[in-house]
Amino acid sequence: MLELKRITKVFNEGTADEKIALRGIDLTLSPGDFVTVIGSNGAGKSTLMNIIAGRLSPDTGEVWINGRNVTTLKEHVRARYIGRVFQDPMAGTAPHMTIEENLVLAYNRTKRRTLRLGVTRQKREWFRETLQSLHLGLENRLTAKVGLLSGGERQALSLLMATFTKPDVLLLDEHTAALDPARAELVTELTKQIVAQHNLTTLMVTHNMEQAIRLGNRLIMMDGGQVIFSAEGKEKEELTVERLLEEFQRIRGSQFASDRAVLSS
Amino acid sequence: MWTAMFGSVEVGLIYAIMALGVYLSFRILDFPDLTVDGSFVTGASVAAVMIVGGANPFAASAAALLAGFAAGTLTGLLHTKGKINPLLSGILMMIALYSINLRIMGKSNVPLLQQETVITKITAAWQQTGFDAVLNQLLSFTGFAPRTWAILCSMAVLTLVVKGVLDWLMKTEVGIALRAAGDNKPMVASFSANTDWLIVFGLGLSNALVAFSGALIAQYGGFSDVNMGVGMIVIGLASVIIGEALFGAHSVVRATWAVIGGAIVYRLILALALRVEFLETGDVKLITALIVISALIVPNVWAAQKEKRRKKRKAQQLERGEPVAGAKTNYKSI
Repeated sequence: MLELKRITKVFNEGTADEKIALRGIDLTLSPGDFVTVIGSNGAGKSTLMNIIAGRLSPDTGEVWINGRNVTTLKEHVRARYIGRVFQDPMAGTAPHMTIEENLVLAYNRTKRRTLRLGVTRQKREWFRETLQSLHLGLENRLTAKVGLLSGGERQALSLLMATFTKPDVLLLDEHTAALDPARAELVTELTKQIVAQHNLTTLMVTHNMEQAIRLGNRLIMMDGGQVIFSAEGKEKEELTVERLLEEFQRIRGSQFASDRAVLSS
Repeated sequence: MWTAMFGSVEVGLIYAIMALGVYLSFRILDFPDLTVDGSFVTGASVAAVMIVGGANPFAASAAALLAGFAAGTLTGLLHTKGKINPLLSGILMMIALYSINLRIMGKSNVPLLQQETVITKITAAWQQTGFDAVLNQLLSFTGFAPRTWAILCSMAVLTLVVKGVLDWLMKTEVGIALRAAGDNKPMVASFSANTDWLIVFGLGLSNALVAFSGALIAQYGGFSDVNMGVGMIVIGLASVIIGEALFGAHSVVRATWAVIGGAIVYRLILALALRVEFLETGDVKLITALIVISALIVPNVWAAQKEKRRKKRKAQQLERGEPVAGAKTNYKSI
């Protein structure tokens, strides 16, 4: 479904600030795979996400989605195959537009936009049903401005907007990191439900090791622009936070540097 | 006095079309587009030259609209493809248009006094109907009878049609994407909309309205002048800001009403101000600036006072031992 072939990316090449973000990433996700990605800050997780989504282009290597080479496609063209939720709850929705208008925008991700009315009665009915699955009462607030929603509500809405059109690939970029524990838990649960419901091929970046272990069928650990550890199936199910930290130390021979990773475990 | 007010409403309705264009770029696209000062004159020039050349004035006005669209798309291309900052794109286009407008007219001023214009045609057709007599009869108790109601009524209808089209457009799938591009640009690309083209199209549309308004003003005033667009963006902004302050802008439909209202109120304030003996026509720009400044500041002061009173009331309620608020929610809040 998603194939990354020898992806490399260097920022500020040839200057004092040169940073090798990705060193030959190879990764293949089969349909229905739910892969969680962990790694310290600067490991290259976000760069990888941006390269898959098309916001950045790789220096070398190719991105394939569903048998198509999309490496040179612009972000908005590629978006037909990709659903994405960002870390910042403000990033995934338009604050001055209503919930239903935001949903229309998301609904048209896979379609050509026309000069026909955006919010029709049929769509509104469908939005209402879909929103009910969130159990947040948003179905009664279709005409409320999204800017009035709380961070958790906005992130739940973003998640719905990214997934209800069943993308070929779902990218979750630390989408619970900006929420307090209770809301993060709720959005995590929703993620689990929605991914299972549509059997979405998902790549989720997280700083929360416990979350990375709990969700998905595969786990990869990145460091210094490389995949340094991966586990799937039974091995993944038996992982613990301690095991992961040990694994990291064994491979890298250094203390897992990120305080956040330890704190949030 | 009444005649001056009547004239202000007529002109206000025509400028309202320009203000709707400014609303589209400034508010909906969040793009401070200074092209307006140039494209207004482009519209006036194209219409004036075509009318003098013997073209049908309606066709000339339509051509002005297209010329404005072209100018707006160029600004959009400068910004999106040329990666030039929005303000600078507009300024560059504005000064480029100054020369282009001179080229279109061939001189700095084209008079239209003896020509058949949209205004003269409509007035002539209107006078066949005898509506003037009816309206004047109805208002006979006021003792005020204008030259003709033709311009006021026809321009009101025209402005409402433009408003209706704009309202409808902003509710279509493309319109929703356009508004989202102005609200949260990075997010729009992730929902497979091409923000570059949306901005180019939006600016084209905005300047089409501005140029159309310019064409009508030229025909109403009886001339096109290369300097008639100076400060037009400020007049547009004044209309938008006054309108929003007075009438609110919760939805697009509401905001476009407000912009039209704002354009008319601006003209009325200006007409009233110019009746003050001390003030001269040269003070118009200063008055405009003062109007915009007060429209920006007064609502804030009001809101602050309202908030202060609310807090005071709350404090008194607490002292009396009443419950603070009756918030009720049936859903878990996250």
